[in-house]
Amino acid sequence: MAAPAPILQMSGICKEFPGVKALTGVDFRLLPGEVHALMGENGAGKSTLIKVLTGVHEIDAGQITLGRTPVAFGSPLQAQQAGISTVYQEVNLCPNLSVAENVFIGREPRRLGRIRWKEMRHRAAGLLARLDIHLDVSAPLSSYSLAIQQMVAIARAVDISARVLILDEPTSSLDAGEVAQLFRVMRRLKDEGIAILFVSHFLDQVYEIADRMTVLRNGRLVGEYLTSELSQVELVGKMIGRELADLEELDDKPKELAEVERSRPFVEARGLGRPGSVEPFTLTIHEGEVVGLAGLLGSGRTEVARLLFGADHAATGELSVGGAPATLRTPRVAMTHGIAFCSENRRAEGLIPDLTVRENIVLALQATRGWSRPIPRRRQDELVARYIEALKISPANPEHLVKNLSGGNQQKVLLARWLILEPRLLILDEPTRGIDVGAKAEIQRLVASLADGGMAVLFISAELEEVLRLSHKVGVLRDRRLVAELPNDDDLTTGVLMETIASGGRA
Amino acid sequence: MSQDILVTGKPGKPGKPGKAAGGDFGRLGDRRKYIPVLATASLLVAMFTVGGIRYEGFASGQVVLNVFIDNAFLLVVAVGMTFVILTGGIDLSVGSVVALSTMISASLVTGQGWPPLLVIPLVLLIGAVLGFVMGCMIHYFEIQPFIVTLAGMFLARGLCYTIGTDSIPITDETYTALAQARIDLPGDMFVSPSVVIALAVVAVAAYVLHYTRLGRNVYATGGSEQSALLMGLPVARTKIAVYTVSGFCSALGGVLLSLYMLSGYGLHAVGMELDAIAAVVIGGTLLTGGSGYLLGTVLGVLVLGLIQTVISFEGTLSSWWTKIFIGLLLFVFILLQRLISARRT
Ligand SMILES: Nc1ncnc2c1ncn2[C@@H]1O[C@H](COP(=O)(O)OP(=O)(O)OP(=O)(O)O)[C@@H](O)[C@H]1O
Ligand SMILES: [Mg+2]
Repeated sequence: MAAPAPILQMSGICKEFPGVKALTGVDFRLLPGEVHALMGENGAGKSTLIKVLTGVHEIDAGQITLGRTPVAFGSPLQAQQAGISTVYQEVNLCPNLSVAENVFIGREPRRLGRIRWKEMRHRAAGLLARLDIHLDVSAPLSSYSLAIQQMVAIARAVDISARVLILDEPTSSLDAGEVAQLFRVMRRLKDEGIAILFVSHFLDQVYEIADRMTVLRNGRLVGEYLTSELSQVELVGKMIGRELADLEELDDKPKELAEVERSRPFVEARGLGRPGSVEPFTLTIHEGEVVGLAGLLGSGRTEVARLLFGADHAATGELSVGGAPATLRTPRVAMTHGIAFCSENRRAEGLIPDLTVRENIVLALQATRGWSRPIPRRRQDELVARYIEALKISPANPEHLVKNLSGGNQQKVLLARWLILEPRLLILDEPTRGIDVGAKAEIQRLVASLADGGMAVLFISAELEEVLRLSHKVGVLRDRRLVAELPNDDDLTTGVLMETIASGGRA
Repeated sequence: MSQDILVTGKPGKPGKPGKAAGGDFGRLGDRRKYIPVLATASLLVAMFTVGGIRYEGFASGQVVLNVFIDNAFLLVVAVGMTFVILTGGIDLSVGSVVALSTMISASLVTGQGWPPLLVIPLVLLIGAVLGFVMGCMIHYFEIQPFIVTLAGMFLARGLCYTIGTDSIPITDETYTALAQARIDLPGDMFVSPSVVIALAVVAVAAYVLHYTRLGRNVYATGGSEQSALLMGLPVARTKIAVYTVSGFCSALGGVLLSLYMLSGYGLHAVGMELDAIAAVVIGGTLLTGGSGYLLGTVLGVLVLGLIQTVISFEGTLSSWWTKIFIGLLLFVFILLQRLISARRT
């Protein structure tokens, strides 16, 4: 097959931030009608490459050619007008407006300056139908799931300019069904000849959807490969620059369930529930036990965690912590009981972009001590250095501003903040979202060793493999109900889990 | 696993998996945005009914029309305020700009003998320019609207006193004729020209908000300024426009007030910015921006006006009770807003 002429060509791209060479001489090309994955570890420069392409940042050196003309965009808007649209992980639409308006705002069909609402709704519905999405376009965007919102963003992007579509980690907060739907939309667009640039840390997804990939490491180009000609193991080797063997799998399966259940129960929830959020459930987490929670997005996983952390109030049931009955009225109370909650929502809850890595990490620890007893600087440096090392936060500089870290590294900083508290129950909601394979394995190893040391862990993840690898037992949620509690023995596989999620435990 | 779980993602279909939290409330969500306006409307009806039962002569059309007549200038000012609050901003300068407008009108008409037909457009232009300048400061220097318009408030109030420290009466014929004019309605009722002007302003503003790009950009900016920027909307232009509109409306409110009072005075409209904000909030517009209707603002102004009417009918209550009631209502409505937006997330 003769390769068609690339629609986009970037060559010799260099970009330096103060103190960091984010990109050094990177070449990249995009062919029409292909899905091209951009791969690399956290901080490899993927987002930066996208940002220099779309005019968020200027390039220091190199050339960008779109079609046959050299281009240099001053803003994402200019890039969009030239035919390059970007959809970010965080949906950038207006939740207060209707779906139809979100697709058309700024380009509303008008007659004599008067917006023609009917036509707008009609066209929006048609456009979404083309992507196989059928919904009430006059409902406010906020009434739909994140996945739908993302597809509305894609519909908007594609309708505005349909040559190059960039998706930076679009799947990290979607569940399996939603990912499948997104992929269907992507395939459809690809068939229409649109070139799609796709970033994801989920290798399986990349292998499912991408035709070709470009691997970056430390801001340098490693190479461009056809997906069909590079195995996953080779790919990971290229991404991290060494063989995967030493982090392939956790050495062994977690300890037998029977063994951990002999230790003292740390949290016991009996009939704990809250109408509209999650139905009454009964769950015991022992010291040293890792309990996984599996289920689709919106099935009530996070809601369970919020009840156990006092972020929501239980309407029914009772809870005991460390053997004594407890009422967790606020997260603060939960924290005094030794419960920590690393939320999935890093942007809204937690990281303060203008503080340094060190300051962000010690924040929660300082808060539990009270502000009148500052942590000595020596101690801060020690602790922070330990977690930067353990989580491989890069750049490994505690005085770096958090806003200048790559997405995955920000996630690690948030994780460090909670780990440093050495809680007795650690609730992790999607802790590895947006984190590269290498770091993922590190985090899993860390969780396993913490549990070995007696910490109870509630582990929520959309990745079933990960849940299976770590947990002693797995709770399955469906439609806001805990439908099954399965011991993680040899019979439990991702297939069984999927089936339980789909059938609601009745099968 | 079935792949089309989400394909028919109609909001509010219960029991379908794969929906984000809150999706289940979708259907309600559509209607919920009207709740604040409906609440204000029912409050208004309740007040009117109770007043009608308690006081003789209360339940007449003219009582309602008088509320309009006495508050036409507030209504116009509140329209401008609605634009600003919808973008998530605030304009504290409106009361002072109203006073400045009465002062400029009176001094030019009475003191210099300028014709009203020249003075009124000039006053409107000054108001719009003041708003424009504040909008530019807010946008380009990224200063809090609160601070910029606070400065504008002091500035405009201070300018009043450079013109004169005393009240200047207006005796010009056109003014007095306009002030005394009545537009008769069937059933022995009447309104003043100011009411017609105010309602025209409301109609134009409602059209702009609902049917023009500027209006939709106002809502988008209030919903998420960051997103609006990334979607390529002219956020700068929109923000500057709303303060210009507010300045213009304040000046027009000032013209109407000078008709109502037949004077210009630096102490006119003291605290009117707060009445305007109260009317907008009671009318159901979220202070955080992005949600609300002009109809709500009209109802909000009516509620404020009706409280005054009730108190004057009561006879024995001092007018300070107006403030107490407005204060209580504000608390209630802000709580209501909180509840609604808390449910939403
Ligand atoms: N505005 C900035 N100022 C300074 N350094 C920056 C800035 N943006 C990114 N960097 C640095 O550039 C490097 C590349 O970051 P980039 O965000 O491109 O990584 P990434 O490949 O997208 O990673 P991830 O998978 O974690 O999202 C990182 O070391 C990051 O700290
Ligand atoms: Mg990134």
